[in-house]
Amino acid sequence: MEHNKNYVVGIFTDEDVLLDAVGNVRDKGVKIEEVYSPFPVHGLDEALGYRRSRLPIAAFLFGLTGTCLALFTQIWMLGYDWPMIIGGKNHASLPPFIPVTFEFTVLCASWGMAITFIIVSDMAPYKWPRQFDNRSTDDKHVMAIDLATNKLSKQELTQLLKDNGATEVNEKNF
Amino acid sequence: MQASSSVREYLVTGGKTVGDVSEDISRQVEGKPTTLWVVSFAISAVVLAFGFYCGCYLLWNGVGVWGLNKTVGWAWDITNFVWWVGIGHAGTLISAILLLFRQRWRMSINRAAEAMTIFAVICAASFPLMHMGRLWLGFYWCLPLPNTWGSLWVNFNSPLLWDVFAISTYFSVSLVFWYIGLIPDFAVIRDRAVRMGNKTRAWIYNSLSFGWDGGAKTWMRYESVALILAGLSTPLVLSVHTIVSMDFATSVIPGWHTTIFPPYFVSGAIFSGFAMVLTLLLVTRKTFKLEDYITIYHIELMNIVIIVTGSIVGIAYITEFFIAWYGQVPAEQYAFLNRMGGPYWWAYWCMMTCNVVSPQLFWFKKIRTSLSATFVLSIIVNIGMWFERFVIIVTSLHRDYLPSSWSMFHPTIFDIGEYLFTFGFFFCAFLLFAKFFPVINMAEVKSIIKSTSEKKH
Repeated sequence: MEHNKNYVVGIFTDEDVLLDAVGNVRDKGVKIEEVYSPFPVHGLDEALGYRRSRLPIAAFLFGLTGTCLALFTQIWMLGYDWPMIIGGKNHASLPPFIPVTFEFTVLCASWGMAITFIIVSDMAPYKWPRQFDNRSTDDKHVMAIDLATNKLSKQELTQLLKDNGATEVNEKNF
Repeated sequence: MQASSSVREYLVTGGKTVGDVSEDISRQVEGKPTTLWVVSFAISAVVLAFGFYCGCYLLWNGVGVWGLNKTVGWAWDITNFVWWVGIGHAGTLISAILLLFRQRWRMSINRAAEAMTIFAVICAASFPLMHMGRLWLGFYWCLPLPNTWGSLWVNFNSPLLWDVFAISTYFSVSLVFWYIGLIPDFAVIRDRAVRMGNKTRAWIYNSLSFGWDGGAKTWMRYESVALILAGLSTPLVLSVHTIVSMDFATSVIPGWHTTIFPPYFVSGAIFSGFAMVLTLLLVTRKTFKLEDYITIYHIELMNIVIIVTGSIVGIAYITEFFIAWYGQVPAEQYAFLNRMGGPYWWAYWCMMTCNVVSPQLFWFKKIRTSLSATFVLSIIVNIGMWFERFVIIVTSLHRDYLPSSWSMFHPTIFDIGEYLFTFGFFFCAFLLFAKFFPVINMAEVKSIIKSTSEKKH
């Protein structure tokens, strides 16, 4: 992270005011760094213009890996490596392999996706997040705007946020 | 945009604001444990210690210290196993299936229910593990690991092995689901600790929260993960008890060899799971003063789930009898007559009273909205569900095809000790959870405060 970055930080108390504010601020051509909320606000990702998360695709691929691995293991172990006749059935008959295949698919998809989520969100037990205002986990929504990436001055941005319902506007330097 | 409805009841009462949610839920994590908590924990720990002694004794001497005999080879251990797995069904049902159905009342109960699920599944798993006797070889018997006998692989055709995969997957996926939900709430406690200047607590809860930042992008990913996990857990919940029921249904023992078992076991599991959630939540809500979050409305809705699943279980009992008569297989008919009027008649009628009759009392609104009645009935339901498994397992086994080998089962102190071990563990774990983790999902409750909180007038 570069040093001495200056941010204008708008604090909002109501999620609907925040949603309108995000729309209006972006309409003015202002680039919002990020909005921090105590809970998921519906429509905020669209208002900020984020692309949909591709985590479901990752989950599908992990699940598919699990399915293939479980089927391969069972067919290879009981069908080829040490064939046994159990209940007069084929060595490698599919129906009894379905429960384990299903469970392993779910296992791989869930863990795979959860770990991917942690990695792509740049989270780890030893990391501290960059927080603009730590009330964002309590009851405030925090909108951070990087001064370097915007043409508007600090005063203009402050006024813009206040006009759009921010209850406080602060400054934060990293 | 105020979306309060006059048709539905408020999910959060007492005019709570978003800030109040953080305050009310975090307070018990930050404060000193109450005397009641310390006393309960001490009692649970003593029970756990006694159970641990019984477990060590069993491992040293072998499974022979249990009351099992040649005829009744499965008794309390498998009864307790199925009972705990059943209890473990409510948590993920509440958080996954009710999430997919957009039932918002799940939000203040899902955290505790999921914790209960995880602890109950650990308790359940301890029984088949102990029943193996030589626990240290369990890995080779349960998992497809290369070994010095061939490699002689595990039998993937066996429902017992499916169970290994089902239970361990259920445990681990429930754990992920629960933990992902806890991450934003750990961050709440971290930031409160930062504001209070408590560095140690801030550091601990930051580690637990993986450095959660609460950004819109993180929330978007988080919601995507929660939805997919719910989608994956829904068939998983239903598969687990289905597979447990197959341990019995795929055998040729009269009384077990029944195609109705999977749906019957699943509804029985949800039935007992909700009863246990109620037992625990009624105590938690009182102890931690969470009456505004876990309201009478929540309790009523859970009681309705109990009526529905309890009635399905009742119909399943009757269907089994009908099919035994209609099927005209003498061994099957005898198994059921023996259940009803044989030496274990008391267990059978205890099961019928607790599981079929008692939940029907919830048809009365007065009873299903009464805290004391709900508390008593929730315990009765779980007694009934324990007897259900005992009846299915022991009465089907104790009089087998050969009358000369007919026998009875008498539990020893070690059977009882193992059961107590799981109770000790369960309550110790739940008490630790209730003290150190936020018992209500703050982020989810905060997201509905605006639309379903009772306003201050």
